[in-house]
Amino acid sequence: MNQRWNFDAVWANPEALLAGAAGTLRIFAICLVLGLTLGLLVGLGRYSTRRWIYLPASAFVEFFRNTPVLVQILWFYFALPMLLPFEISPLTAAALGISLNSAAFSGEIFRGGIQSLERGQWEGAQALGMTQGQAMRRIILPQAIKRMLPALTNRAIEIFKMSTLASAVAYVELLQQGKLIASINYNPIEAYSVIALLFFVFLYPLVQATYLLERKLREGD
Amino acid sequence: MTNAAAPAPNPTLLRVTALRKQFGQAEVLKGIDLCVAPGDRIAILGASGSGKSTLLRCLNFMERPSSGRVELGGSVVGTERTMRDGSVQTGYSERELTRVRQRVGMVFQQFNLFPHMTALGNVMEGLVTVQGMARALASTKARAQLARVGLAEKADEYPARLSGGQKQRVAIARALALEPELLLFDEPTSALDPELVGEVLRVIRALADEGRTMLLVTHEVGFAYHFASRVLFIADGVIHEQGTPDEVLKHPRQPRTQAFLARHNEFSF
Amino acid sequence: MYQWDFAPVVANSGVLAAGLANTLKLTATALALGIPLGLGLALLRLSRLRVLSLPAGFVVEFFRTTPPLVQLFWFFFALPILIRVEMTPFVAAAITFSIQSSAFFAEVFRAGIVSIERGQSEAARALGMTGAQAMRRVILPQAVKRMIPAFMERSIELMKTTTLVATVSYADLLFQANELAQKTFRPLEVFSVTALIYFVVIYAASLVVHRVERRLAVSGETTVH
Repeated sequence: MNQRWNFDAVWANPEALLAGAAGTLRIFAICLVLGLTLGLLVGLGRYSTRRWIYLPASAFVEFFRNTPVLVQILWFYFALPMLLPFEISPLTAAALGISLNSAAFSGEIFRGGIQSLERGQWEGAQALGMTQGQAMRRIILPQAIKRMLPALTNRAIEIFKMSTLASAVAYVELLQQGKLIASINYNPIEAYSVIALLFFVFLYPLVQATYLLERKLREGD
Repeated sequence: MTNAAAPAPNPTLLRVTALRKQFGQAEVLKGIDLCVAPGDRIAILGASGSGKSTLLRCLNFMERPSSGRVELGGSVVGTERTMRDGSVQTGYSERELTRVRQRVGMVFQQFNLFPHMTALGNVMEGLVTVQGMARALASTKARAQLARVGLAEKADEYPARLSGGQKQRVAIARALALEPELLLFDEPTSALDPELVGEVLRVIRALADEGRTMLLVTHEVGFAYHFASRVLFIADGVIHEQGTPDEVLKHPRQPRTQAFLARHNEFSF
Repeated sequence: MYQWDFAPVVANSGVLAAGLANTLKLTATALALGIPLGLGLALLRLSRLRVLSLPAGFVVEFFRTTPPLVQLFWFFFALPILIRVEMTPFVAAAITFSIQSSAFFAEVFRAGIVSIERGQSEAARALGMTGAQAMRRVILPQAVKRMIPAFMERSIELMKTTTLVATVSYADLLFQANELAQKTFRPLEVFSVTALIYFVVIYAASLVVHRVERRLAVSGETTVH
């Protein structure tokens, strides 16, 4: 094979990769926090008995679970600015798309977790004179969170992987930097292989950790 | 069902020599010697953990013996190699073991019927898939087997719709269909409700009357007494006591056998 | 106040329809290839021979852990150079999503097979069946029934994942939408309609899945996820 491998070009400019990694972590952190917080609200909303809360929450979940994330990102980047007097940055568009999508999925996780607790817990709290809010905060949620942890950590890993979609709107994250390196040095094999390996090396231990966490939690039951 | 290596009919159908079985660090079978002649009906009793099920499962090689020799119809199962330190190790090939399993049938405690096939389908399966028989011929033979266990009219039912006793009888028909030389029963009635035990024992009794060679691991001491030509009591991985039903069950000589029987004394002779 | 105008969208609906057809074509191809490949990987992972199970395990873990878009870029830009074969966008996309989905299907297969109780394979072996016969006649038929909901969910996920090809200029629905939006200067209408189309198709598919799940639950079948 008379191919000259050019891995050096990939590492020659470490600032590029570091900028990419920083961008990935930044958007990951934003989407994780936004997605889970909004997801909690949506999950609680779906559990509500009041129609004006329940219906919008359900519509939100159904819509954002059943449309592809990339479509949402492009909509926020290209379509939304038409309705607003200002531009939307790549980060904002990508973060909105990924966060809302994640909120829909984690909303379902929260709802499932809350629902999985038996009525007895609610009734015990009620019998002590707690309001619904207090019961939720002190009794239900702490137990539900333990059950939801595996699914939520899976969600977090999915969010991390989705960060690469932000490259579609030219946000500077790891894949975007990979594209840059590949186009400058004409070495797509080396560039994309390195990017893939970086993601794998970073995520695989985390995935294994979630398996261990899952088993630990199941033993505790 | 001819095996090119099998010689002419041999008075000893199955011979087991110094059989040992280890699971990790624990040795469950510590040296079993056994001879089974055609027509023998052997009941195997013992406490849980004594190794009786493991012994049975070694005889059709669902478990591979750690050491020792098993001879079926006069020829050794597996290939023996003498190691440098003088010990003998036996290698088993799956191909040979699948042939052995056609000659040694097994009925399980949990029936293990295939839920996605009808009763007839279950009984036919060995004939069609393992012995390569044409479906039409297999179907006829399978129906005959089902009739023998009294379930001809249930041929087209799925296992989910059969009672426990019916399921076990189908399982027996399934094992019989391959016309094995030897039948192994691993606690065939232990998973059944008491009122369903009788129908299964009746079938086993009928097979015994036909002169079939059978080994039966069971808790039903009363049945063992009437059914068996020989009784083995297993304790701590060895045959603790052996003899006729009268000898072992009515007049046991070993204190452990006596203690075991005393705990299981709801039988009637 | 923004003036909505859907006329350009309607006028170019054929382009969008062609895009949708391509999306479905890609999804169907990836499924047709990914499912058998997934079964193969699952069987390799279940093998007792480490020389088979370890590489298969690595492939599955690698394609489940790395982001799909990175995989797509690699197959699209790196592979053609590596093996010196020119590939159309469709071929590169089909390869990517076949392998990517096969990794997930492999896990579904494996969970399904493992969920079949030991007694079934013991009974099969006791009849003299080889491992392959037992798998084919007894284990797989039962396992597949349990895995149907998981398969359908994974297929819907696949449909969503295929939108990634819009970034490497395969003319799927999203790609056509992007082109159309730039051509007509009506991104709001175009992308909104596109989002709606995706929603309708995928939501309908998920309703079918829910019905199948409920049917299976009623008939008492256990399912794996």
